[in-house]
Amino acid sequence: MSDRHVEHYVAPIDPADAIEVDKVSLGDRRSNLWIDAWRDLRRRPLFYISTAVVLLVSAVALFPSLFTNVSPTDNCLLVNSNGGPIAGHPLGFTLQGCDVYSRIVFGASTSLSVGIFVIIISAVIGIPMGAIAAYYGGWIDALLSRVGDIFFAIPYFLAAVVVMSVLSAHRNVFVIAVAIAGFAWASLARILRAEVLQVKNLEYVMASEAVGRSKFSTLLRHVLPNSLTPVIVYLTIALGGAITAEATLSFLGIGLPSSIMSWGADISRAQTSLRVAPMALFWPSLALTITVLAFIMLGELIRDALDPKARAHR
Amino acid sequence: MLMYVGRRLLQAIPVFFGTTFLIYFMVFSMPGDPVIALFGDKTPNPAVLAQVTAQYNLDKPFFVQYFLYLGNLFTGNLGVTFSGRDVSDILASALPVTVKLVLMAVVIELLLSITVGLISGLRKGRVLDHSNLIAALVLSSVPPFVALFVAQYFIGIKLGWAPVTVGANATWGAMLLPAIVIALTIYVTGMRLMRGSVIEAQSAEYVRTAAAKGLSRKRIIPVHIARNSLIPVVTNSAASFGALIAGTTVTEGIFNIPGVGNVLFQAIRLGENATVVSFVTILTIIYVVVNILVDLLYAVLDPRIRYV
Repeated sequence: MSDRHVEHYVAPIDPADAIEVDKVSLGDRRSNLWIDAWRDLRRRPLFYISTAVVLLVSAVALFPSLFTNVSPTDNCLLVNSNGGPIAGHPLGFTLQGCDVYSRIVFGASTSLSVGIFVIIISAVIGIPMGAIAAYYGGWIDALLSRVGDIFFAIPYFLAAVVVMSVLSAHRNVFVIAVAIAGFAWASLARILRAEVLQVKNLEYVMASEAVGRSKFSTLLRHVLPNSLTPVIVYLTIALGGAITAEATLSFLGIGLPSSIMSWGADISRAQTSLRVAPMALFWPSLALTITVLAFIMLGELIRDALDPKARAHR
Repeated sequence: MLMYVGRRLLQAIPVFFGTTFLIYFMVFSMPGDPVIALFGDKTPNPAVLAQVTAQYNLDKPFFVQYFLYLGNLFTGNLGVTFSGRDVSDILASALPVTVKLVLMAVVIELLLSITVGLISGLRKGRVLDHSNLIAALVLSSVPPFVALFVAQYFIGIKLGWAPVTVGANATWGAMLLPAIVIALTIYVTGMRLMRGSVIEAQSAEYVRTAAAKGLSRKRIIPVHIARNSLIPVVTNSAASFGALIAGTTVTEGIFNIPGVGNVLFQAIRLGENATVVSFVTILTIIYVVVNILVDLLYAVLDPRIRYV
């Protein structure tokens, strides 16, 4: 009928190519969320800076006597009241004539231990509450979430104010951590609940239950480890927040007693001579700000590095 | 919509009972005599002691105490402070001041978030974007009382550009400095929300269509990109309104602003725990109510959200 001849070109099949494509090279670098995140973090100067600050503050908190040989409480001479820096006392003196630098060094462990206690207590309450609520669902979820809502509805700082005011006779590092974490855990539970709700419908969770693993064991073994990423980020940032909360409570005079060194309390005491000796207020404020900033920055960087979408956005 | 409002209000009931119960429980189940604890470090006068015991119905069982206390709360009988002033009287004079301060801070925060977020979003990944983000993070990490002191010292004392303390006459101008400081310490969240939505909007179909029609960037940016990115930022600011009302204690204390937070600040410093408890309760209730209003606002603002 038609004399038009259409030619189809068919490429010759070369089986070797397909094999090349399918080949899995086991020698390649492994890749998972945390390894990718680590590769991303290593390229960011801010990560090194904040890690260095965190390590430095930890070292100061653990071994204060390595950093100063001046006592923060003894040898406070009123002659030196609000004095400027002199040899051996680089940051000058407080109103009581104590060495500012030494007080900052010895205050580090208070801030850090309150921060660490707060995140441990928040995790111990918040992780089971959030994970069990989301994973078991139904009335358990309804009950636990309503309880969480109530704690979430009270601003945790105000709750801590009430606890610390009433417990005026028992103020110490642990009590202040309980006062802060007693309400701060609710945010953690919410974050984890949202994450577990997503993870629990994934195939590997179904597979784990299908092969006969109990629900609780699946939760511990497969669901929780895969939902903890946002929790870790939250806890790093919360550590900074807890340090601020302790300093603020001590600043208000309901934090730690004067026998325990605290940056917040020192700032509060320096407030009265702000006009004549601002530096006694400035130095502990700087130490506090840098420490808090280091934890928050570290948390933000880890969050960014763990989020493939955010990485693509950059 | 009506269904949603009804549901949201119903959900608030257990939260309301729960929060008030929790605060009450915390105070009256602590070790030691709660009445003595309410006096802080002071030794109470026996007559006052008997009166406070009667006032809090401490001779009755715990649950009866709690419901009597709730009844008082509902009938507006909020008790008296240590100096004998009616708590409701104090609220009437102090709450407007706090609302004024917080309103100003929220508006500044909103403007900051929108402009900085828009600039960052349009310059995504550039140096300006990174430095904006880092600056916002650094400002948010400064503990509020430190930021307030720095502002008070440099702008109030050294430069003399703003009053160092506000005092009884809390005008808008006198509270501008603390409002700016509050805004600077919280704008990071709003700025990020704005930045995120601007980045998303830039690659949206309607923006490409607008560009294809030949509209200039000058028109696309405000009308198509910025306007459609506003909803999350506005609701975020509304949410911070509640948090700020509950959290002005330190701000008002440092700048001596005669608001609700300052009453709490003075009570904390003087160890007047009964006053502390009643004001924390009031602030928590305000916080809960504002959060409900914010949720409703969200439903009104964003027609895409359908609540069933």
